[in-house]
Amino acid sequence: MRVGVVNFPGTLDNRDVIRALNIAELTPVEIWHQERNLEKIDALILPGGKSYGDYLRPGALAKTAPIMAAVIEKAKSGLPILGIGNGFQILLEAGLLAGGLAINHNQQFIRRDAEVIVANNNTAWTSRFDRDESIVLPTRNTHGAFTAEAKTLERIEAEGLVALRYENPIGKQSDIAGVSNAKGNVVGLMPHPEFAVEPGFGPDTKDRMRSGVDGLRFFTSLLLNN
Amino acid sequence: MAKIIVNVMPKPVLLDPQGKAISQALERTGNFDFNDVRVGKTLELTVTGDANESVRARAEEVARELFINQELEYISSITIEEN
Repeated sequence: MRVGVVNFPGTLDNRDVIRALNIAELTPVEIWHQERNLEKIDALILPGGKSYGDYLRPGALAKTAPIMAAVIEKAKSGLPILGIGNGFQILLEAGLLAGGLAINHNQQFIRRDAEVIVANNNTAWTSRFDRDESIVLPTRNTHGAFTAEAKTLERIEAEGLVALRYENPIGKQSDIAGVSNAKGNVVGLMPHPEFAVEPGFGPDTKDRMRSGVDGLRFFTSLLLNN
Repeated sequence: MAKIIVNVMPKPVLLDPQGKAISQALERTGNFDFNDVRVGKTLELTVTGDANESVRARAEEVARELFINQELEYISSITIEEN
């Protein structure tokens, strides 16, 4: 299974996503933002980072990259697409997911190993989890406060589009850590599954330091869809 | 050459921690005539041809598509500034 990994100027986590895909026994394919073709790709990941220096708003300029027309077209035809961190922001800006990500309430970069609940296991990227399963994923961001107008939030909740929730949201921020589209093929996550795929290099868990590998199942979920 | 000035403001749903910090600074310095500060941004677009109503409308379209995230921000004004 060939999984495209899109690189924009300022993308940072592409190599970590490639490593995770290799561990999951999937085939990573690097895709440059100036390409326009997504043929022979079975799934797509937009990694985290600071595309275009986070200028204007995180993800706002990346949505104008040449590759994005193909990304939007493929999203509509049902291709599994995962955006992580800045990749999530790009999917929101491109209108493929509902809502927005605002700056953290303390205006600071926050890095922590977060306990999250899989609120929806009926998506292309979460099918290996039990519903309401509690997992641990590293999170690190500055613009991580999921924010939307009341009517958008109501729709997201009513349609069951929340994919992940923080068990302990920071301050008054929303507990939404990830959302999907209605079809479930497009998912955006603020926490980083690609940093929780190998024992010894993952987040701390209750059992042992750095032992967390819950992130791996986001990638291996792809294999269940076929 | 004329410029189009686009002003963007955060919607009430956005916490705007920067504005909040500035409000607190006003309070600290004894400025009690004001109690809420919101910080937006201004974009200046230099117009290549004539500035007219259709260019202004085009600027508004561009602003909606690119300059703002409609979930979080709104365009508070768009004006033409002749030089």
